[in-house]
Amino acid sequence: MTKRRDRVVLAVPVGAADHALGAAQAPVTLVEYGDFECPHCRQAYPIVKELQRRMGARLRFVFRHFPLTQVHAHAEHAAEAAEAAGAQGKFWEMHDRLFERQFALEDDQLVEYAQELGLDASRVARDLAAHTYEPRVREDFSSGVRSGVNGTPTFFVNGIRHDAAWDLEPLAAALERAAQQGAEVG
Amino acid sequence: MPYATARASEQLALPGTRAPDFTLHRTPDQTVSLRDLRGRPVILAFYPADWSPVCGDQMALYNEVLPEFARYDAALLGISVDGVWCHQAFAENRRLHFPLLADFEPKGAVAQRYGVYRGADGTSDRALFVIDPEGIIRWRYVSPIAVNPGADGILRALAALNLKAGAP
Repeated sequence: MTKRRDRVVLAVPVGAADHALGAAQAPVTLVEYGDFECPHCRQAYPIVKELQRRMGARLRFVFRHFPLTQVHAHAEHAAEAAEAAGAQGKFWEMHDRLFERQFALEDDQLVEYAQELGLDASRVARDLAAHTYEPRVREDFSSGVRSGVNGTPTFFVNGIRHDAAWDLEPLAAALERAAQQGAEVG
Repeated sequence: MPYATARASEQLALPGTRAPDFTLHRTPDQTVSLRDLRGRPVILAFYPADWSPVCGDQMALYNEVLPEFARYDAALLGISVDGVWCHQAFAENRRLHFPLLADFEPKGAVAQRYGVYRGADGTSDRALFVIDPEGIIRWRYVSPIAVNPGADGILRALAALNLKAGAP
């Protein structure tokens, strides 16, 4: 009986192209494949914040896009808006805003958020209309599919898919374990 | 041996063997036969039931990955023991763009022929098969029932078919 023959690992390692909070040398890297319109990702959002608070400099957090566009009509544009904000240096501010305003993700609202964040909102509007960041979002999605992402959110802890629950305590325990293993190896 | 419970009389659909043919309803008045898809790779995705209560369920995921399957000209068929009306409502609700087949009467007969029926539950396993254009099973994976297997294994199996066929 080989129920879990192999651990599912990230097909595309975290690199310079990723949006990351925390140092590359942090002992633990948590990658989330998420969708700004997914209610489960919305639930995970404050959990990740709490994990960042607890772990401090020991954690690097990476967000990759995995919009389920057929069930979430606004997810693709929301992801592109985050990238458009990222191009102006405010990916994480937009990431937070989108989850906090998940119920209001129409195009004009996305542009409004850009304005509130002090971005060049007309440029964000143009980026959305032109789908400037669609290829970038597809790239994330495709890397997710190849990594065994099977829904949203899917988390990877130091490159290994986290198949247990992602409530605060189980996820916190997984991160602590990873930190200890990292310390033993390193 | 995970499949030792299968009776000897059942055909065990293992890699390297011919995929058992079947004809199932995809809508109240349309059927799909496996043999009609000869010439293309076919992905069979057996799953326990429509309406699992998460957004990123297995079928919703495959729906998003269809463009990647299309790069291999592969046909995707979802199969569960749900009836055609149930499939129709589910497919409309989730905006699925591929057929869901009703293994409904006799219940689970196709799943049984593929060795992936769970008699105690009355549903199929979460089982994936990749069949080559000649109708030979090339890859089979049975996932723990609660774990959505994702699409990475399917894509690797399709890529392997292409290598064998000498395509780039």
